[in-house]
Amino acid sequence: MKDETLISIEDLKLHFRTEKGVVRAVDGVSLKLGYNEAVVILGESGCGKTSLAKAILRLLPRNVQTYSGKVILKGVDVMQYSEEEFRENVRWIEMSLVPQAAMNSLNPVLKVGDQVTEPLLVHSGVKKEEAIALAKKMFQHVGVPEDFLQRYAFELSGGMRQRAAIAMSLVTSPDLIVLDEPTSALDVLTQANIFNVLKRIKMELETSFILITHDISTSSELADKVGVMYAGQIVEWNDAEAFFRKPLHPYSQKLMSSVPRLRADKEPDFIVGQPPSLLDPPKGCRFMERCPSAFDECHQEPPVINKDGRLVKCWLYA
Amino acid sequence: MAQVKAKAKNKKTTPVTKVDREISEDVLLSIQDLRVWFELRKFGFGNAGFVHAVDGVSFDLHNSEAIAVVGESGCGKSSLMKTILGLYRPTGGKVVFENKDISKFNIQTLKWYRSDVGYIQQDPYGAMAPFMNIEKIMEEPMVINTKKSHEERMDRIHKVFEEVKMMPYNDFLPKFPHMLSGGQQQRVVIARSMMLEPKLIVADEPVSMLDASVRVEILKLLRGLQEKHRMAVIYITHDLSTVRYFSERIFVMYAGNIVEKAAVRDLLYNPSHPYTLALLAATSDPDAKNARTFKDVPPGEPPNLITPPSGCRFHPRCPKIIKGLCEKEIPPEFGIEKDHLVKCWLYK
Repeated sequence: MKDETLISIEDLKLHFRTEKGVVRAVDGVSLKLGYNEAVVILGESGCGKTSLAKAILRLLPRNVQTYSGKVILKGVDVMQYSEEEFRENVRWIEMSLVPQAAMNSLNPVLKVGDQVTEPLLVHSGVKKEEAIALAKKMFQHVGVPEDFLQRYAFELSGGMRQRAAIAMSLVTSPDLIVLDEPTSALDVLTQANIFNVLKRIKMELETSFILITHDISTSSELADKVGVMYAGQIVEWNDAEAFFRKPLHPYSQKLMSSVPRLRADKEPDFIVGQPPSLLDPPKGCRFMERCPSAFDECHQEPPVINKDGRLVKCWLYA
Repeated sequence: MAQVKAKAKNKKTTPVTKVDREISEDVLLSIQDLRVWFELRKFGFGNAGFVHAVDGVSFDLHNSEAIAVVGESGCGKSSLMKTILGLYRPTGGKVVFENKDISKFNIQTLKWYRSDVGYIQQDPYGAMAPFMNIEKIMEEPMVINTKKSHEERMDRIHKVFEEVKMMPYNDFLPKFPHMLSGGQQQRVVIARSMMLEPKLIVADEPVSMLDASVRVEILKLLRGLQEKHRMAVIYITHDLSTVRYFSERIFVMYAGNIVEKAAVRDLLYNPSHPYTLALLAATSDPDAKNARTFKDVPPGEPPNLITPPSGCRFHPRCPKIIKGLCEKEIPPEFGIEKDHLVKCWLYK
């Protein structure tokens, strides 16, 4: 199953209109994901990674300037779908989202069970009893006691709420789940627990994941592939194995050396400077100003180099 | 160790074991059997028990030493911090700063203490008044605590901004907090905490809101300032991997108790308390191998602190429980090596 492509994104752009001008949050992102595969999109705040999640699921705010490119899901370009078609056939049917701070995104006045079954009732048109049975099954998968269906969000701990949010994304058995910072507000032990849950789901339900995060250490818990995002673009696309051993792009290398390691005596380092504003990103390579190995060529837009199947957007490899 | 019995009448319990020790001159802050309990009220007046947020914590902090208090949310680390800052009154025990027991002072008359202790908040943006510009924000501690003139105050601001590398300072001073990036905001908060030349800085998760690449920069800055001015620093955090590079000792806190105290190396290479082991096992390093293995996480969740478990508070989740002992008797502190103390019956 692994070599089949589940979703392929080509030159996806999402620009926003703001008072100060056009923010190019997602600026030409291409990626490919197979069945039962997990990709991690790594990036710092403001690099456009949450916008990428929203662009994939077409959950757009009102101030969109440009929304273009292709999102080919199982061979069909779903970007051609109308809003209605997308909602009926794609969102939560084929792919679902666990939003950022999902633990706080549960409705406080609805019972958890009502919320978890809601996507089923709305999208799949199943009967209430069936929906509850399915929700119970999903609660088992994520390790939440069944009687929590009858409780309200405030009665659950942070970890339990996060699991309920994951269960909610699972009930319609989508092939792809987009997770936006699933563990960022959780404690270390809870984080480890959530990743155990995600790994188990990946094995048992053969789901694919796009995991969007800034946390390099925990991202390695799930990753088959790693995409590094910088200033609205993907600058490196690599296998997890190769990436965590030695990343290709200078930004990824710097990012890796900024991670404090628990089990190695290597003092972490930081990256000098700040990422560019997405209002007016610099011409040429966007990392040039902070890059230790920048040279003349970098003033021009770097090409995407294919290095034995690993992609890197950097002149060093040209 | 001290028996914990919450009785409504007996709010200020006296510890059973005396922890009054001789304080060496080098000790800046000495916490002695500190308890911070919050009373729960039923219908607004009846007592409905206590939240035992901090329950028998003792340690000494030396001059120019950095320590880290590591624990999960709800373990009482914030209550401990706020008591050290003089914002909460201890229910029992002592907070001794430079041989003065600050818990004896009225909270309103603690001004002298507050100018000796700096506080770095977790969320830099939330820590600054949005309607004040940076100059006002920086000036305020001196307006309240000193009688310096405006020129003297500005001199001090310029000096501190140089130290936190906010240069040129005239670019930043007229700005408002929202105009700065997260890293710059945190620098301003650090600068503000340094304005009165404190002897101790309490940093509550100082980098958890920042990006990975900025985190290390801020921590290195703080480390540099600490060494230069010989300040003591208390880091409150949940992240073991960052503090290992920026502190001398680590205290692991669970359910209101410090369960293990050790120098960084001892804690990492010879972790002893089962909870510390679990924390270390759950912390990931970036490694592709992680994706193929499941983490070993103790079952359950931290206990509520209104009715904490009897005996060792970790016993319901502990994989190494000694039946008949751990659930009955509260473990005392056992010394494994010099300055490596563990609250666990396994080491008796």
